[in-house]
Amino acid sequence: MSLLQVKKLRVSYPGAISAAVSEVDFCIERGESLGIVGESGSGKTQTALAVMGLLPPNANASGSVMLHGEQILGAPTARLNQLRPQKMAMVFQDPMAALNPYRCIGKQLRTILRAHRIATGRVARDKVLSMLQKVGLPDPERQYGAYPHQLSGGMRQRVLIASALIAKPDLLIADEPTTALDVTVQAQILKLLQALRQELNTALLLITHDLGVVAGNCDRTVVMDRGRLVEEGSTLRIFAAPVHARTGALIAAAPRLDVAAESAPPPANELPLLEVDEISVSFRERRAGGGRQLRAVLPISFTVLPGETVAIVGESGSGKTSLVRAVLGLLPRNTGSVGFLGMALADGVRQRSNETRRQMQMVFQDPVASLDPAMHVSSIIAEPIQVQDPGTNAAGITRLVDEALDRVGLSQDLRARFPHELSGGQAQRVAIARALVMQPKILICDEAVAALDGTVRRDILKLLLAEQRRSSLSLIMITHDLAVVRQMSHRVLVMYMGRLCELASNDQLFGAPRHPYTRALLDSMPVADPEAVRQEIALWGEPSSMLQPPPGCVFHPRCTYAIARCKEEVPAVTECANGRVACHRAAELDLSTNP
Amino acid sequence: MSTLVALQQLGSQVRRSRVVLVSGGILLAIGVIALLGPLLSPHSYLDTDLDRRLLAPAFAAARLFGTDDLGRDLFVRTMMGVQVTLLVAVVASIVSLVIGVLYGAIAGFVGGRVDALMMRAVDVLYALPFIFLVILLMVAFERSLFLIFVAIGAINWLDMARIVRGQTLSIKEREFVDAARLIGVSPIGIIFRHITPNLFGVVVVYMTLTIPQAILVESFLSFLGLGIQEPQTSLGALVNGGVSQMEQATWVLLIPAGLLAIILLCFNFLGDGLRDLADPRKQAT
Repeated sequence: MSLLQVKKLRVSYPGAISAAVSEVDFCIERGESLGIVGESGSGKTQTALAVMGLLPPNANASGSVMLHGEQILGAPTARLNQLRPQKMAMVFQDPMAALNPYRCIGKQLRTILRAHRIATGRVARDKVLSMLQKVGLPDPERQYGAYPHQLSGGMRQRVLIASALIAKPDLLIADEPTTALDVTVQAQILKLLQALRQELNTALLLITHDLGVVAGNCDRTVVMDRGRLVEEGSTLRIFAAPVHARTGALIAAAPRLDVAAESAPPPANELPLLEVDEISVSFRERRAGGGRQLRAVLPISFTVLPGETVAIVGESGSGKTSLVRAVLGLLPRNTGSVGFLGMALADGVRQRSNETRRQMQMVFQDPVASLDPAMHVSSIIAEPIQVQDPGTNAAGITRLVDEALDRVGLSQDLRARFPHELSGGQAQRVAIARALVMQPKILICDEAVAALDGTVRRDILKLLLAEQRRSSLSLIMITHDLAVVRQMSHRVLVMYMGRLCELASNDQLFGAPRHPYTRALLDSMPVADPEAVRQEIALWGEPSSMLQPPPGCVFHPRCTYAIARCKEEVPAVTECANGRVACHRAAELDLSTNP
Repeated sequence: MSTLVALQQLGSQVRRSRVVLVSGGILLAIGVIALLGPLLSPHSYLDTDLDRRLLAPAFAAARLFGTDDLGRDLFVRTMMGVQVTLLVAVVASIVSLVIGVLYGAIAGFVGGRVDALMMRAVDVLYALPFIFLVILLMVAFERSLFLIFVAIGAINWLDMARIVRGQTLSIKEREFVDAARLIGVSPIGIIFRHITPNLFGVVVVYMTLTIPQAILVESFLSFLGLGIQEPQTSLGALVNGGVSQMEQATWVLLIPAGLLAIILLCFNFLGDGLRDLADPRKQAT
């Protein structure tokens, strides 16, 4: 008998046109790991909620979900509360929302043990501490009394995994457990899940949109599309010979590093369009008496040529966004200057002339939040025209808006829609249209595709490439997704804790990186190929505190190549072929990618 | 234009909420009767008739609510009271709306020292004892309806400014405001085009909650004898008059007091209903 047997599961909501989940069958054996992949809206999460008995009260569920031969669908809450988390448990995407902010983590874990009469008192405390140790929380004794907000995202996710596994369930459901985390932390969490699964013989149901995550972590894979199960099989077979067209499309859209760049050949030697010289940004802690200074960006220089794409990569908190916001004049800069076509630009966006402002536009991460919710699509795109050229008549505006919609591949029917009535991809296209209508020379994309599904992401990137070819637009792409970097960029700037680590051409960076941090980022990237050789974890731990950066090279606490000199001396940025690097050992280390 | 759009959005949602429909309907009905009722009655709010003092309500002689201690028709006087009360409430709320929204939006958007200075000014005004202020005003100037508007508006806008400022602080951090700055929209343009329309939901809802507050303050002032002047009247003044007749003629107290209660209840329900509608989590996407 299978551990979990799902048969003809159907979940629907009153008022919805089609069922959220329909006719889904699958099973999980003891100790097995099963991946469910699909884009947003494919019914992955609804399936998981049905299995956990966590569907909202207005959901209609039919079919059967059997755990150990016991029916879960429609089981009374009291019984479900016995099964959770002793037989099954769940790890959610957002650990901050899943932990109680008012109780320290040790007490939250102990409550589970007490409520299920597993242990009390000292015994419970010891069990909690050993579980925290198992999930790799450094110094569990001290962290026992920590509150969720005092932990980093990766540490919170570890605590959540500890709370799911503390009652030793037979089945662990993880719903996008690493989506909100950096790649380096994602690799650590996935490794941890695998290790714990083997140690405790727990079955794992891993839900994700990222085929790279499934490829390295699941024995079998289920592909879902629009509420239906379209393909099921061993992960090896699914990747090698997908049967369903949808699976093929998902695999084709999966991020890969082993492909050539799609961007047009790098522009010939021209004068730089944008020159950023020694720019730095700092914030003051808000406290009585001034507070400490947080140096978000230390002096960094780079240039952007006409028609060139420069990618800026780094973990969250590395200062990528602060850097471009200072370039745009949205944040005051501490030192340095920004030159545009040989002209020095004013500090704030307000002080710049209409003409220079027009040249630099930005596309934001959250497409819906970057559009005014109270405005129609047509007024959103018309606004820049009205501001730039107040004399334009109504007919002229309509024509320009229609042209812009056409340019980004949107139908004119969308003109009267509100942002919340658009899909993520459509909203991002509107945001791009609003930027393009200004006819900028540089478009800055701050994680512009991070919130989008694989296939939609591909289309948006294609649109950007087409625009670049058409009007020799320069792009600055901030991203944590190295596949996007590989596909789009000519040159790459790698940042760590506000410092420049490496600046290199695309081929140089992916072929022979010079900085150990770049190497670690490349190795952390999950590869959508189940047969790829899995490396040991490339990068342990998380960045140090920005308020108290370590002495010497800020990366040395996590660097496998660190020597005594790295702990004392700050590495200077040195010029080298195809770029720059800031590492004491850059010359002697060979970090090339093995063919 | 975008304010109009926000209005339309709200309008289409109102149709889906029964609480809003019923309480709004009752308020509208009371308002229409208060306007038209006195015109249809043969009596006037001024005429005293000492032979017909404290008549009980009767349909026959067109004395729907009876008469008061001076023999004046209570129906006409109550309707007039409703008119004055609603007028005070609406005008005072509009005053607080205009001042409060502009003040709060500017303080929130500009931020920094300007914000700190503007909000400390609000704190100082909060600290002044209100009744003391009103009595000073009444002594210094001639009592008039206008003065009551000023007095009530002067306290209501403080709350509105605080709420709008808080809301503005969170809206200005959103990415569409950055997008507008990059396009080159001026700070004033951003406040009018992007911030105020997005404040709309909160402000409308808050207004339906300040209206009952204004009504209560007016009634309270009139009850103390600081408000509206005879022979004009308001619901508060009528209740005050009714209290002295309570032992002989209960209706003189109960009718205006009951109407006041119904109006307050309806505004409160209306505010609750609108607040639920304006909650983005409850909006259909």
